[in-house]
Amino acid sequence: MKRVFVSFAFAACLMAAPPIVIQNGTILTVTKGTITGSVLIRDGKIAEVGEKVMVPADAKVIDATGRYVMPGIIDCHSHIAADSINEGSVSVSSMVGIEDVLNPDDIAIYRALAGGVTTANILHGSANSIGGKCTVVKLRWGKDAHDMIFQGALPGIKFALGENPKRAGNPTGQRVGAGNVPARYPATRMGVEDVIREAFTDAKAYQASWKEYNEKVARGEQVLPPRRDLKLEPLVEVLEGKRLLHSHCYRADEILMLLRVADEFGFKVRTLQHVLEGYKVAKEIAEHGAGASTFSDWWAYKLEAFDAIPYNAAIMTRKGVVVSLNSDSAELMRHLNDEAAKTMKYGGLNETEALSLITINPAKQLMIDNRVGSIEAGKDADITIFDKHPLSNFAKVEKVFIDGQLYFDRDSDLAERPTRDIEKKKLVDKEKEQQRRQGPGAQRRPAA
Amino acid sequence: MKSIILVFLATATLLVAQDDSFLIRGATVHPVANAEIQNGSVLVRDGKVVGVGRNLAAPKGTRIIEGKGLHVYPGMIDSGTEMGLSEISSTRESVDVGEIGKFDPQLRAEVAINPSSEHIPVTRANGITTVISLPMAAGGEGGGRRGGGGNIIGGQAALVHLDGWTWEEMEIKKSAGMAMHMPTILSGGGRFGGGDLPPDIAARFSFTESKKNYETELRELKEFFEEARRYQKAKAAGEKGFKTDLKFEAMLPVLEGKEPLVVMASRERAIRDAVQFAEQQKVKVIIADPRELGKMGPELKARNIPAILGPTLALPLHEDDPYDSAYALPEQFYKAGVKFAFGTFNNEFSRNLPYQAATAVALGLPYDEALKAVTLNAAQIWGVADKIGSIEEGKWADLMVTDGDPLEAKTNVKQLYIKGKTVDLDNKHKRLYEKYLNRP
Repeated sequence: MKRVFVSFAFAACLMAAPPIVIQNGTILTVTKGTITGSVLIRDGKIAEVGEKVMVPADAKVIDATGRYVMPGIIDCHSHIAADSINEGSVSVSSMVGIEDVLNPDDIAIYRALAGGVTTANILHGSANSIGGKCTVVKLRWGKDAHDMIFQGALPGIKFALGENPKRAGNPTGQRVGAGNVPARYPATRMGVEDVIREAFTDAKAYQASWKEYNEKVARGEQVLPPRRDLKLEPLVEVLEGKRLLHSHCYRADEILMLLRVADEFGFKVRTLQHVLEGYKVAKEIAEHGAGASTFSDWWAYKLEAFDAIPYNAAIMTRKGVVVSLNSDSAELMRHLNDEAAKTMKYGGLNETEALSLITINPAKQLMIDNRVGSIEAGKDADITIFDKHPLSNFAKVEKVFIDGQLYFDRDSDLAERPTRDIEKKKLVDKEKEQQRRQGPGAQRRPAA
Repeated sequence: MKSIILVFLATATLLVAQDDSFLIRGATVHPVANAEIQNGSVLVRDGKVVGVGRNLAAPKGTRIIEGKGLHVYPGMIDSGTEMGLSEISSTRESVDVGEIGKFDPQLRAEVAINPSSEHIPVTRANGITTVISLPMAAGGEGGGRRGGGGNIIGGQAALVHLDGWTWEEMEIKKSAGMAMHMPTILSGGGRFGGGDLPPDIAARFSFTESKKNYETELRELKEFFEEARRYQKAKAAGEKGFKTDLKFEAMLPVLEGKEPLVVMASRERAIRDAVQFAEQQKVKVIIADPRELGKMGPELKARNIPAILGPTLALPLHEDDPYDSAYALPEQFYKAGVKFAFGTFNNEFSRNLPYQAATAVALGLPYDEALKAVTLNAAQIWGVADKIGSIEEGKWADLMVTDGDPLEAKTNVKQLYIKGKTVDLDNKHKRLYEKYLNRP
């Protein structure tokens, strides 16, 4: 119902698409300092940013006096907009992918937009050592699954270390092998390492078989191609730098393990996800060149999170790691700006550093920083307007643009509520009427 | 730099003066009960506030704490936690909430509070000096961590200071309230998944079955209260053959209206049931972790029933609710004239209590009301406003000294006092921070 209204609004602006000028706001560019000025948006891109910006005659002007304008927030770890997350039946599930199960109707998309988020990395779950393929999306609420995909962003794959992937090896929580549920290898951190090493050993052989085949073909030999392996293909892409590796991890030992396995096989870990003990091995993470995408202050919800500290982002930043704050939650996703503010208290990051954690840094991690993550001419017009400084807990989002289109507008949301209530009442009444006609035998759960 | 000197001063004076007597001067004092005082002073003697105002004179030899540029607030109160009862929420061995049995009023949270819990110093480092510790899984969770078949009455909640060598020393009120889950038709409403039960679990219960279960639980609850009343009468009458029963014994303060029932009620329906139940049983109730108000505002107001509001940073209860419905819930309660305080219903995030209040302000709750909801209102609701909740003469000196607005995340708590005693702000997180920041 909500979507009907919103998409109607889209259609309207699609037809016209005049330039937009966001005027007289405090512009938090993140990469080029903070100015009081304006942003000109043309054809979905940021055309100009400055204290004085020429306003085209046909421009739609948005007065941002007293408002704060920042780049759309980027969440490097989310599971919204996906019908399923975990293919946990096997320990290596690299043949499956989130792209196939994207759900553009998930209300969490709209809610995240209302929190200022414009781009998200939608990840497979953490049930297995090597999980499924991941997709970067823009929260184009109202568009279909295909149109949500961030074209140009490299695809990813999810790995997972520690308690989650070894849980299925010990389903009863008792001694390994106890109980009736069959155990799935691995049940220990040692086994997790082995699963990854075995998979990359196979992937290397598979890669070599194709190399050999291609060489033979180039020499004009008549040969049969190797049998295609959908499980190993994504791993070969990781080896060749064509697919970004995002790994769920907690403890310092397992983080180091993955970095060393990567060194051994010659691939890169693009981001360590959660990485709650990253602060203990920040030096090694920085040396490898992996990014770290963590929580602001989650801790103690599981044993491997008991050494988690809210200073994690700050320590890793100080030690040269590119750090982002993520949500991993449809709720937390709606206030990543509040999460960023906490790093000013815990570890003393400055405002720009704090804002970078939810904008330019996750953009760098996803290798889309040439497109999004800051307010600079030439970048996509993904912009969030707050009524107060976004690092204040009293701030709320007023407007969100993606590709220069208005996807969230608090005023419109508020204005539409009475209409929506009427429409909902109509539907509920209809349902009740139907139930009444069908008689008591057909009683179902009440609609409200 | 300034703070280093202050800390140095504090440590130095510790040796010569009594720790729980001092004068903070030159600070902006926010008494909460009264208007803020610029360049104000707070005089503390033997752990109690004996003066609040400007240019207070301190007796000779009183330790002076210079508060220039700093702010003094009453310590904050989290009205719903599992503090000391749960260390690592997913590790059963470290969790002591949710005993087996439907009716467990005899259980006392206080005796199981681990004063060495790492959560305590972490939480108080952000200015929280007092918490309610609940004996049953906080926040209306539908099953999950509840022991046995799910408590209806979970036991006695304790109001404790976040300081003390033992739980006895932490105690403010041993039995601040009797924790209870209002029976509901099992459509969820707990925090798991942001509202309704996950579809796969919900599918296991048909509506008819859930309704039957709900009616059974309501009947059992009424019967339990009736039995407790018979016990009360028998005891008063000194009936022959009377035998002490610890469960009913624990119910006596509730039946006498001395101890409130803290009723977890997420949905409007459950709130209505709770109000009706209180009316029938003539008992005092506090509504805990409501997720919606519905039409219950006037009822709650008319009956003076307060509420403990859970996290504002929460998903809407229903899929078609406005995206900001949880953010805006406190304002609804405020507009309805219902007294409320905030509770995090959590341990790990208890330190974020002030931001819960700030979010409500962003959506329209007046700032002063938000501040009261983490201080004075809580003290009033728990019946300890004569001791804590504001900076007033005669109350304990539970004070937090900050470098800004405590409802803003970037603000730091510089000093903390509980009953006038300087509280160590160090904790596990700070120690690990310093250790690993300095790793070569």
